[in-house]
Amino acid sequence: MDVSLGAELAYLFSSVLFVVGLKRLQSPATARGGNRLAALAMLIAIVATLVDNQVLSWTGIAAGMVVGSLIGGLAARTVKMTDMPQLVGIFNGFGGGASALVAAAELVRVQSTNIDLGLGDGFTIAISCLIGTVTFSGSFVAFGKLQGVVSGNPITFPLQKTFSALLFLTILVLGTSMMGVFEIGALPALTVFSVFTTIALLLGVLLVIPIGGADMPVVISLLNSYSGLAASAAGFVIGNNVLIISGALVGAAGLILTMIMCKAMNRSLANVAFGAFGGETSSAGQISSGDQTARSVDAEGAAMILAYAQSVIVVPGYGLAVAQAQHELRKAMDNLEERGVDVKYAIHPVAGRMPGHMNVLLAEADVPYDKLFDLDEINEDFGRTDVVLVVGANDVVNPEAHNPESVIAGMPILDVDKAKTVIIMKRSLSPGFAGIDNPLFYMGHSLMFFGDAKSSMTDLVREVREA
Amino acid sequence: MGEMVVGLYVFVLATLTGREVITKVPPTLHTPLMSGANAISGIAVVGALVVSAQVDSGLAQILGIAAIVMAMINVVGGFMVTDRMLEMFKKN
Repeated sequence: MDVSLGAELAYLFSSVLFVVGLKRLQSPATARGGNRLAALAMLIAIVATLVDNQVLSWTGIAAGMVVGSLIGGLAARTVKMTDMPQLVGIFNGFGGGASALVAAAELVRVQSTNIDLGLGDGFTIAISCLIGTVTFSGSFVAFGKLQGVVSGNPITFPLQKTFSALLFLTILVLGTSMMGVFEIGALPALTVFSVFTTIALLLGVLLVIPIGGADMPVVISLLNSYSGLAASAAGFVIGNNVLIISGALVGAAGLILTMIMCKAMNRSLANVAFGAFGGETSSAGQISSGDQTARSVDAEGAAMILAYAQSVIVVPGYGLAVAQAQHELRKAMDNLEERGVDVKYAIHPVAGRMPGHMNVLLAEADVPYDKLFDLDEINEDFGRTDVVLVVGANDVVNPEAHNPESVIAGMPILDVDKAKTVIIMKRSLSPGFAGIDNPLFYMGHSLMFFGDAKSSMTDLVREVREA
Repeated sequence: MGEMVVGLYVFVLATLTGREVITKVPPTLHTPLMSGANAISGIAVVGALVVSAQVDSGLAQILGIAAIVMAMINVVGGFMVTDRMLEMFKKN
């Protein structure tokens, strides 16, 4: 496929704009402009492509673009900020699916011209289709888990890894056949390709179902990386550099986030992918809680403690997103600040269901981002803090992480137990995702504030005003 | 094969560039980074257009148009939702 010099230059310009756009995401002040620059780059690439190619039929292309834009635009406008992980998850899937379809369409087109696929073309088509399809089906399972349609617990069955390995071997054999190295009986190339794609779909599902809900930040990041790699592979299929470059940028972004998430849980990527961690299965290192009692506090008591503190650190978790209590939280903290209390927020990298999930929720509630602190920035401060308010977080504040016997041993946690008083807003004493009890709840200076985060927070706002 | 090797150079260098640029994105912007990067992976739309332009019937056209729809959902949805999020960050 020959690309004219003009189009090549336009693609080069797009590639540069993508890099500059991503660079502007390094600061909240320039980030919005950066995103718009990337959108402009995309527009330039699309227009250049349409101008450069002799389009045989405009109807289908125009219809496809309009329909896709409408669906995407509608989803982007209506999604709730708390549902952002699902949306990003499903968009990843569409990106991967598109790349796989490009490879498929190219294969069908070449077949119809009766030209044999060379070794190189067969290889790129197989790779592009494999990564794209795995991203597609894997993302839909991830979406299902985040939306609650599929169980958030790891789903495993006997010999699962063996089964996946066998499927992968079959993929290798079929893929090699697609490269024209050998023929499988008298099977037509398209049949081989269909079987290849079906198995790839299954592999995507098997990749994500054994992974539990709280490991979703890793999965979403990894699928994000895959969607980029799929686009890159599609670039190899049609010999187009702007696809290769943009895809590589996204692949790098996803991989970096994946590594950050793994590090924040002190687990390797292999352990996340194959460990089937969390849910009701794990029991190792469990502490007995039968003879321990947790002290509870009501809204009035919590308000008193908070209102007369000098410094408060809020630790939000997934429970805040589930209860959609971010606005009430901000109102309560506003009231405290009016009373002269110093309020900060401590954000654990894996709090929530995707990287940066808590930051987006708090930004929606107009909490200034300079009040949000990363694990490393704030961990020293807990010892000098009067009250820590934990809202719907559990494993990220579990001191068991310091116990070498525990399943979460070595996971970097927020050391909230160092503060003078810890108020934990939670529905019940039930264990967090890791399936282990949290000794923090039973410590002498801990108080449990039971209830739904949103209504508890509403009560707290009222009581702080009266305090 | 020559074209593929050049492509490989481009891929590796772009990955390194991406690593340099993205490592410096602060955690507070990780969600917008992800959704913005996600929108960029919709660049597959260029591939979908290139393939679709060359056919006017049959299976290849159906697959091509399906690819265009999916990629455009990704592009338009991804950039718009990222913009919506970043607008909230800007208010600060």
